[in-house]
Amino acid sequence: MNALKLSVAALVASTAFVGYAAAQTREQIQIVGSSTVFPYTQAVVEQFSNTTDFAAPVLESTGTGGGMQIFCEGVGEEFPDITGASRAMTEGEYELCVENGVEDITEVQIGSDGLSIAVSRDGETFDVTKAQLFQALAAQVEVDGEIVDNPYTNWSEIDDTLPDAEIEAFGPPPTSGTRDAFVELVMMEGCSEFEAIAALGEEEMEETCSRMRQDGPFVEAGENDNLIVQRLQQNPEAVGIFGYSFLYENMDTLQPVSIEGVEPSAETIGDGSYGVARPLFFYVKNAHRNAIPGLQEFVEEYVSEESMGENGYLVERGLVPADEARREEVRTAATEGGEFTRYAD
Amino acid sequence: MTDTTRPPASGWADEANRSNIGLKRRHARSRRLQGFGIGAIALAILMLGTLLWTMVSTGYSAFVQTHLSVEVTLSPEEIDAQSPGDANYRDIMQRAWLSSFDNVTEENEGDLLSMLSRGAELQLRNLVIDDPSLIGQTIQMEVPAADDLDQVEKGFVSRATPEEYRIVNDRQIEIFYELKQDGRVSTPFNTALFTEADSRFPELAGLKGALIGSFFALLVCFVLSFPIGIAAAIYLEEFAPKNRWTDLIEVNINNLAAVPSIVFGLLGLAVFIGFLGFPRSIPLVGGMVLALMTLPTIIISTRAALKAVPPSVREAALGVGASKLQTVLHHVLPLALPGIMTGTIIGMAQALGETAPLLLIGMNAFITAAPDSMMSPSTALPTQIYIWADSPERGFTARTSAAIMVLLGFMIIMNGIAIYLRKRLETRW
Repeated sequence: MNALKLSVAALVASTAFVGYAAAQTREQIQIVGSSTVFPYTQAVVEQFSNTTDFAAPVLESTGTGGGMQIFCEGVGEEFPDITGASRAMTEGEYELCVENGVEDITEVQIGSDGLSIAVSRDGETFDVTKAQLFQALAAQVEVDGEIVDNPYTNWSEIDDTLPDAEIEAFGPPPTSGTRDAFVELVMMEGCSEFEAIAALGEEEMEETCSRMRQDGPFVEAGENDNLIVQRLQQNPEAVGIFGYSFLYENMDTLQPVSIEGVEPSAETIGDGSYGVARPLFFYVKNAHRNAIPGLQEFVEEYVSEESMGENGYLVERGLVPADEARREEVRTAATEGGEFTRYAD
Repeated sequence: MTDTTRPPASGWADEANRSNIGLKRRHARSRRLQGFGIGAIALAILMLGTLLWTMVSTGYSAFVQTHLSVEVTLSPEEIDAQSPGDANYRDIMQRAWLSSFDNVTEENEGDLLSMLSRGAELQLRNLVIDDPSLIGQTIQMEVPAADDLDQVEKGFVSRATPEEYRIVNDRQIEIFYELKQDGRVSTPFNTALFTEADSRFPELAGLKGALIGSFFALLVCFVLSFPIGIAAAIYLEEFAPKNRWTDLIEVNINNLAAVPSIVFGLLGLAVFIGFLGFPRSIPLVGGMVLALMTLPTIIISTRAALKAVPPSVREAALGVGASKLQTVLHHVLPLALPGIMTGTIIGMAQALGETAPLLLIGMNAFITAAPDSMMSPSTALPTQIYIWADSPERGFTARTSAAIMVLLGFMIIMNGIAIYLRKRLETRW
């Protein structure tokens, strides 16, 4: 009889759960989004839950694109309130949002993050240009005015000043915002220096410029940046591509490769002289501000001077703060819920 | 001359010789096979040993945590006894810490302050809120040291590394060794690993949230899959007619047991979260997904256990006039129970270690509070390991391995119970 009773009880319980789930209102702030913004949001979440009486926010690392998908699914407590992004929201994503009724959103730029290229301290660092990086990592490159499949396997084949070492680069997968930023800031800019590629039509050129090689030297290492760090330590000749915060945390084992003669550091990223930096954002659903307890306070904590200011606790984690005027502007927009209008017409 | 020609009588000796040759060859073959077998076992043991060794050698250090002792004066002017939660504990803690050094300058103030964990002020706050009578007293506290210092104490920071590449500088290391000589450094068992939820500071991060989350998820999984699994197995084994339909169901159940767990995660995401509207990241949904995964295992092992009960038991029960239902519930099921329990526990142990479906339903979130019900968001043990493995701070490397050891510990306990039940309770016919 026991089994029967148990199963009846289980069925009753599970129906009760469904009813309970539907009736419950969410108390925690829910955050999704970029793995690059994740450590910063993590710091704010911890500060927020330790200093206020609101329920601890729930923070998930889904990648920028994945975060946008979930964020734009709709308005209501079953959808997240905030998504982090290591690039601005695209027009397609904005349209998806509007389609699902998520019209009133605020964009908040928390600062910037440099994309760093690094090698192990056991290896040799070098200076590389964006054009050389393009030649090393693109699927197709220009050789003697012809566009051909990438023939380079050794850095020194590209230029004598580069080390005589096999090209082996660990980088992020296509779902990552870091990859998008790398393609936009390095590959696109690097390839525009080649005449035959620049002569292509716009669409064709974009495709040629953004395709990373698939024949081995470029290895997609997944969203786990720690794994890249470990693999660099094992192979002193390999280079890794990841956010500056990871380099910053691992300065004892890694050294930066300078790009166009500039090494990444808080100063060079902040003043714009390091050419591979990107802004970091989060997006808030304004319709949730009154419905979810603590959301407004959380946003205020995030944009406060103690967190994203010059000496804030986000800087401790490697964030490069925006300048003061910009921070002030962002702060007002964030606290008052300024509407995101870039694509609205 | 054909092959079938029998040897002449004088050839018996030859025949014996030849069979001897064959025997030798057969023995050699058997020895080779045994050799391969031993080799395979040795290789397996070697791999297991390497795994355990790396785990233990990197993880053991996470079970202790460096603490610094500090004397804190709780003056009534700074802490209002009516609302002890509002005082500025960060400031109180920092001044208490600095006051224990006599040569504090503006230069080394930052060095000194960064030796202390952020957890120190929280510990003080909780202490005072729990016992407001402490206000007005001077107390001695053991507070956690910052992770960087913890790494120094555990010997993971080499002074040979040039100073500018190290997170702790030479002055901090010197101060630390002075403190150590004064007996102000202790390395007690890291209780925070079990009593605290996740944190971005390794020295404060613990598994409490993950342990409770895993417990709730397994509870839901058990409550759903155990009765449903047994009911399904009893029907299929004892009552169902043998026809094409039941054959089809049987094949499907066996196939389901082999379906990759991530598929169940996708199903859970679409049905429980998308269609039924459950929130993300909660142990209830996690448990339901795991139940889907565990069901086939339980059904199969229950059917095997029922099959193992000899027909004579059923016939005897039916013979004295018991109904089919009475036969099954009063005689067959109790006799099969040890086998069913064993299968269930092994299924649960599998569910405990399952990661992929939980990642899909968002149980890999960063949450600084332990869940208080199965409806509040949380992580589970394997997903917590996944999060820690991805954190840049050095202290998380050891904590990841420590969490794996805790998970393995639970697995060993569960499988141990299964073996015990099988040995003690199983009847042999």
